[in-house]
Amino acid sequence: MKLHQLLIFAFLFGTTMTAHAAPPTPDEMLDSIARQFTIDEVEVTARRREEPVIPVQKLSGAQLQGLSTQSVADAARYFSGVQIKDYGGVGGLKTIDVRSMGTNHLGVFYDGIEIGNAQNGTVDLGKFSMDNIEELALYNGQKSEIFQPAKDYGSAGTLYIKTRRPKFADGKTFNLQVTMKAGTFGLANPSILYEQKLTDNIHLSASAEYTYAHGRYHFRYRRVLPSGAVAWDTTAVRQNGDVQAWRSEVGLFGYLPEGKWHVKGYYYQSEKGIPGAIVNNVWTNSQRQWDRNAFVQGNFTKRVTKGYDFQFNAKYTNDYMRYLNPDTTLMYIDNSFTQQEIYLSMAHRLAVVGVKGLVPHNDVNWDISLSADWQWNYLKSNLANFVYPERNTVLAAAATQLLWKYLKAQASVLGTFIFDKIHHPTQATPTAYKQRPQFTPAVFLSYQPLLREELFLRAYYKHIFRMPTFNDLYYTDVGNISLQPEYTTQYDGGVQYDKQWPGGVCRAVSVKADGYFNQVRNKIVAIPKGNGQYRWQMMNLGYVEIRGCDVNASTTLDLTHDVLLTIGGAYTYQKAQDFTNPKEITYGGQIAYIPWHSASATANLLWRGLSVNYAFIYVGERYHNSANIPANHEQPWYTHDVSISYDMPLIRKSKVESQKSACPRMYFAIEINNLLNQQYDVILNYPMPGINGKGIIRLTI
Amino acid sequence: MKNKLIYITIASLLLAGCRQDVIVTPPEEEQHGDTLHNSIAGFYLLNEGNMGSNKATLDYYDFGTATYSRNIYASANPNVAKELGDVGNDLKIYGSRLYAVINCSNKIEVMDARTCKRIGQVDIPNCRYITFNDKYAYVTSYAGPVSLDAGHAQIGYVARFDTSTLALDETTCLVGFQPDELAVANGKLYVANSGGYMAPDYDSTVSVIDLNTFKEIKRITVAKNLWRVRPDCMGQLWVSSRGDYYDTPAKLYCIDTGTDAIIDSVSIAVSALDILGDTLYACATAWDYVKMADVITYTMLDVRSRRVVSTNFITDQTDKEIGKPYGIKVHPLTRDIYITDAKNYVNPGMLHCYSADGKLKWSVRTGDIPAHFAMVKN
Repeated sequence: MKLHQLLIFAFLFGTTMTAHAAPPTPDEMLDSIARQFTIDEVEVTARRREEPVIPVQKLSGAQLQGLSTQSVADAARYFSGVQIKDYGGVGGLKTIDVRSMGTNHLGVFYDGIEIGNAQNGTVDLGKFSMDNIEELALYNGQKSEIFQPAKDYGSAGTLYIKTRRPKFADGKTFNLQVTMKAGTFGLANPSILYEQKLTDNIHLSASAEYTYAHGRYHFRYRRVLPSGAVAWDTTAVRQNGDVQAWRSEVGLFGYLPEGKWHVKGYYYQSEKGIPGAIVNNVWTNSQRQWDRNAFVQGNFTKRVTKGYDFQFNAKYTNDYMRYLNPDTTLMYIDNSFTQQEIYLSMAHRLAVVGVKGLVPHNDVNWDISLSADWQWNYLKSNLANFVYPERNTVLAAAATQLLWKYLKAQASVLGTFIFDKIHHPTQATPTAYKQRPQFTPAVFLSYQPLLREELFLRAYYKHIFRMPTFNDLYYTDVGNISLQPEYTTQYDGGVQYDKQWPGGVCRAVSVKADGYFNQVRNKIVAIPKGNGQYRWQMMNLGYVEIRGCDVNASTTLDLTHDVLLTIGGAYTYQKAQDFTNPKEITYGGQIAYIPWHSASATANLLWRGLSVNYAFIYVGERYHNSANIPANHEQPWYTHDVSISYDMPLIRKSKVESQKSACPRMYFAIEINNLLNQQYDVILNYPMPGINGKGIIRLTI
Repeated sequence: MKNKLIYITIASLLLAGCRQDVIVTPPEEEQHGDTLHNSIAGFYLLNEGNMGSNKATLDYYDFGTATYSRNIYASANPNVAKELGDVGNDLKIYGSRLYAVINCSNKIEVMDARTCKRIGQVDIPNCRYITFNDKYAYVTSYAGPVSLDAGHAQIGYVARFDTSTLALDETTCLVGFQPDELAVANGKLYVANSGGYMAPDYDSTVSVIDLNTFKEIKRITVAKNLWRVRPDCMGQLWVSSRGDYYDTPAKLYCIDTGTDAIIDSVSIAVSALDILGDTLYACATAWDYVKMADVITYTMLDVRSRRVVSTNFITDQTDKEIGKPYGIKVHPLTRDIYITDAKNYVNPGMLHCYSADGKLKWSVRTGDIPAHFAMVKN
């Protein structure tokens, strides 16, 4: 009960949401609001314990549903401190960069286990559909938890994608959900989800999804003369942006006394066109890409004895990618790559002091944890002169957490040991490369200075690195085996304040603000080499300093007559400067594609089954190069998205509250994105779509 | 009062934060060097721009006013959608016209040499370099027929078009793999075949084309991965080989255009070269796998003796300031040496003007990857 209330409570602040089997109904939400004001002082104390030390941003439930998002990348735009790199279209590459440290510093976790790409470090978030996603959580630094695999300590920022876990209303043994989405770009996106209660303690979930889009849309480029007269104004159709993708997942979820487990299989395959850059005299491209991603993963977590918890994680991944350039005006390329990964992890937590600890104590909680991971990666390709790299990674982490009255502290250290082996096609024995062991610490503090006010002060320090990828190290001609890791150091200080007023119009307000200073050292950059055109070499050359602040605020208003309005906003200021070479024009310049100002705002109006949503994204002026000269200037861009949805029970068979969610429901939604039809590029020469829309129908049984 | 200030601040912030119409890029002008009046009016510099950036730009230096104008194409041709294009690969003046080969825009942009105003364009896919003879412009292209065997080997060709009508000749002349520079000497057209797409099985031949029949008459086997071909005043042709970047080093070869035989070779790498009278100026970067760095040389070579005169013609130590020498041109009258620095290919480059005795006179920022020069006569 306590936890349930806390979750509801937290939802009001736009941070998290209760996990219902079906999307929560307005009735349920209003109930929740009614219930949350029963929170007493005991609850507040408990809340202090639950409040993460590390700033976390979450999107889930109705809030997530209200945002018009097709992929995880679309949703991640609403987090503060995040910059999206979007090459446009349904199938276009979409990656995110957290606090300007670079895309490769973000760890992306799918149901608790990291999605790797040893080849180039890039995880295309455009590939992950929002269809079965329950929650997205973004942590700066690392997840505010010490009972986790060593890998979870290994990135400068982490995005957790959590898929839906089966939940069954009273008396129900299955859930079925059939969804059809269709919209502009020729989008057709049917999906099905089935959940079965096999036994009281074992639940099955199976889902499948198909996505098709022809990907064509109009775009427009335009220039004016200083007088204001039009110099040129061109509208064309984006070509070769078609995509066809299948996704299917099967999961088993088990519950044990003081424990749980799950096993999941995932399969994704796609074929898509790569629309490419729009340049003078070239308005269409013909490159294509095929992807096949498959993995099996599992987790087992159990309290073994009093004060001791254990968890085990394992994963096997097999990824295939083929790239084809059939365009005879360019070099013919038909390359394929196969990557494999095996991952095993063990984590232990010992509650040394605490209510349930080895040494009982009511005021002090002290936990320690140890985790060890092993990972194996192997990459094959049909490229000429390609060496097959193989990597063994051992990760060991020790972490501790202390709760003492109003203070919460966490500290961790991660040891990384990497052993590479290179298989030359012409040599019988592989060459071994041992990377230097790395030890990287992190410290997190949170303090609640006032007894009755939910005011939290927090700070963290984290030093971490990203390993050079297989491409960085070993790619034919380009790779550099002497590359060092790229290090990031983060310093963050922040404050969070939550307040609620029972019975008022303004029910709740939450404000969060963080200031930070990051350094990226040994930044891996490509430099041209030698006597020949466009021959590159990876080098540890760059140095970047980032000074920034993220501010989030949200409020919930009860406008009477069952009308509930939730408004949220996020703002980011970043000064991300290239301090690589004092002799260059780029010295001190804002790094490529990082705006000084960016913001998002969302509003959700809820009345019974009807929900009206508005979302705004703003990205201020940027430069596409750290030489901040007019020729490199990029205009700000901003989009307004609106959606309206209606959720209705098909049979009002019961007045009993608890059974309401058990009856079949229909859900309808219409989304209109980029309402003002803004013509913009996120990346130079990659035009984004103008106004576009989508309709959704979902039947839940 | 206080409120008013807040409103003004908010209003101006909102205004600054909004999208505005993008104005056709105006040129940026800077004064560098001393004014100079002689038969050379100025020069154009073509900046390649990194692939996919659509940032091929033209700069112009006017000797009469000692003015450097950066990025002049867009304002001279404000109605051309998407400006000059993607990857400027060669630039030459023939007669009164300026020809810019825009590799990834698959076209040759033809402009008035005085005003830089667009006259028209000639579409040639994957076009590389240009030269002229009589009424024709000759252009190398990588985009020949593809053999459907496993290697998808793609033979290159030379296309030609009429310089007055800009009409592309229907017949083309097939040459070797991935042909780069081409030059007319002794009544013949010489084409350097690189085989760059075939690495490590590079091409190593120069195609010789009869200008009258527009047919390949022979192949001269020179060395792996050929790039530059330049005639000199001695009836010789200088051909540069990039080597294979591993065991075979880059080298410069000399061909007698009378016999079409290789008569000499010099062990220097060449990134860019210019021949003025009996002197060949070359700058080069060669990758050193031990140092993991470029070794940069500025070579002067006497084309008569075919011997290196100097391995560093920059005499004031300022060569250390140049990251990646990429283009070179020598003023025909003053013998001032212009060297471009392409830096990391992504940041804006630099143009350095050196006196004939190798002392830095002035430097100016250019566009991205400054590379190709064309001198304009008065």
